[in-house]
Amino acid sequence: MTTSELLTIIEKDGRAAKGKDPNLSADDLRRLHRTMLAARILDERGLALQRQGRIGFYLQALGQEASHVGSAFAMRDSDWFFPAYRQPGIPILRGVSYDDIVCEWYGNDGDTSKGRQMPVHYSFRQANFVSISSPIGTQISQAAGAGMAARIRGDDTVFMTYFGDGGTSSNDFHSGLNFAGVFKAPVVFVCENNHWAISVPLKGQTASDSMAAKAHAYGMPGVRVDGNDVLAVYRVCKEAVERARKGEGPTLVETVTYRMGSHSSSDDASRYRDAEEYESWKQRDPIERFERYLENKKLFDPADKQALVDGIKAEINEAIKRAEARPRPALETLFEDVFMNPTPQLRAQRDELLALEGPESDDVGEFPL
Amino acid sequence: MAQKTLIEAVTDALHHEMAQDDRVVVFGEDVGRKGGVFGATAGLQEAYGTERCFDTPLSECGIIGTAVGMAVYGMRPVAEIQFLDFIYPAFDQIVSEAAKMRYRSGGEYTCPLVIRSPYGGGIRGGHYHSQSSEAYFCHTPGLKVVVPSTPADTKGLLIASIRDEDPVMFLEPKRSYRSLKGEVPEGEHYVPLGVGRVAREGTDVTVVAYGAMVPIVEKAAEKAAELGKSVEIIDPRTLVPLDEELILESVRKTGRCVVVYEAPKTCGFGAEIAAIVAEKAIGHLEGPVVRVAGFDTPFPYSLEHLYMPDVRRVLKGIQRTFEW
Repeated sequence: MTTSELLTIIEKDGRAAKGKDPNLSADDLRRLHRTMLAARILDERGLALQRQGRIGFYLQALGQEASHVGSAFAMRDSDWFFPAYRQPGIPILRGVSYDDIVCEWYGNDGDTSKGRQMPVHYSFRQANFVSISSPIGTQISQAAGAGMAARIRGDDTVFMTYFGDGGTSSNDFHSGLNFAGVFKAPVVFVCENNHWAISVPLKGQTASDSMAAKAHAYGMPGVRVDGNDVLAVYRVCKEAVERARKGEGPTLVETVTYRMGSHSSSDDASRYRDAEEYESWKQRDPIERFERYLENKKLFDPADKQALVDGIKAEINEAIKRAEARPRPALETLFEDVFMNPTPQLRAQRDELLALEGPESDDVGEFPL
Repeated sequence: MAQKTLIEAVTDALHHEMAQDDRVVVFGEDVGRKGGVFGATAGLQEAYGTERCFDTPLSECGIIGTAVGMAVYGMRPVAEIQFLDFIYPAFDQIVSEAAKMRYRSGGEYTCPLVIRSPYGGGIRGGHYHSQSSEAYFCHTPGLKVVVPSTPADTKGLLIASIRDEDPVMFLEPKRSYRSLKGEVPEGEHYVPLGVGRVAREGTDVTVVAYGAMVPIVEKAAEKAAELGKSVEIIDPRTLVPLDEELILESVRKTGRCVVVYEAPKTCGFGAEIAAIVAEKAIGHLEGPVVRVAGFDTPFPYSLEHLYMPDVRRVLKGIQRTFEW
């Protein structure tokens, strides 16, 4: 079942390849479109705020909207995500508010994670979206473990975890896929192959023909799919999710896509990447491609796009305005959640800080990369 | 009460918790069919099935990575790392993930897992079966670190660790696994984390020791008594959270303090205890706080007996607090 072929559904003219259209309802198709668009606008706003010095850092998923929205759409609300940091469409798809998302950027008192992490390291319990960390790949073996736990408990929950081409080089890629294979854990491993790990290109990451090929050694199917084709990603992941739910074990899905932006707000990809490569991928923009498909189906009129974009932008801007009006988390929250109950040492350190007199120093600088 | 070895107390605690909470699962290398290389998990697979006590692939990183995922999902995983010396591939999962999960998610996700691992020297295990690396974990906010020294405490503290809502490093003094036997209460036995014990009452000098160093210090205390010095031994039982008050109370009474640990001397946990005593009880001290520890060498094989703190070195340390 391992393949180096690339499954594509939406053709250049916007039509679906014969016999491959998953035939989603008009409502589902509009929802996919709106979510991808919202993820992109959110990213544009996030980077702009960083450039304006209003937030400290940002990580975009520009160009990868079909990859994560299409895969996530194959999951039930009760299923869990162990994300990396380039899937902003998933919380949107799961109904997390822009306020919750934007407050995390500001690390203010409305942030669900209490200002504990850099921007874009979300945690949304209500969306079964597990807290994001920066070390690469650690979520992969965790998803395998959660899948093992669900099997032990007899739950039919499915787990989806995300990582990039760089992530396949991590220890946890190996141990996570190996454990999931041995224990037949209900996990879909989504490798978003965006061709770049900061400045290191794909060929610097692996000598393998594909990432999907790596599945073979772990005893699971590996499937390669056009990551800029939301319907193809959805279809492949839907099958993988169903296999997992039936107890048939994990799947590795490689979504072939491209990181259109820089690694982060601290990076400048033009310094190590040639413009030609970028331009060729720009022609394959996942949102425009899906819009051609929707147009063919008479579900989308390009004349309506600006109003749709303006509407989403207005909602996000309102959320930003509200987030900027909120204060930082209270001083004592610094000592909360280290443990369920603070130790005597933590209480003493908190009291020591609270007892300090004079103005607070705010001399901490900016993220320097 | 039954007489049990320290390792039998481990098994007893695991049985007790697996029987009363089906979220408790036990896994690691060779823990299932074989029952563990030391026998700590003997009989668990027969009693609770292969789904709740099972062997894993040979990957510490995978064992702890999957344990974190299980804990986040709502289980109570008890993972065994065969020797503490082998834990380093899992360091990222312990330090960056398990320890940070509650804090970084603002309390939305928690990681109630126990990592059991035999630690320490005195068994002719050489560098890769003897290390005492508790300080790495004590230095990581978000981890609790437990080091029992008696069979009864082993049972009670392991039960408390499994019921704890946060990740716990449960370090078992393997030198004492079979050499130490003691009364262990049957059935429910809970020893709360963060409460130390006075292992021996005395009036002239306080010696703080944990794990496999406690029996050594007890022997040294007997010798010291023959020489006319009354030693009080404090066993903190958990390093994080630490029962500071118990240590300080004793030092305020005796005016002297020796800390004994088998890890390399520099930046060992005993240094933290010495700092606490210096910070909070300096007015009561009648001599320097002395550390008796392993040397700053890799753990040796042939000369292990010279590396490990022994009765001779503990007595020398005690003496130094009087010479000042």
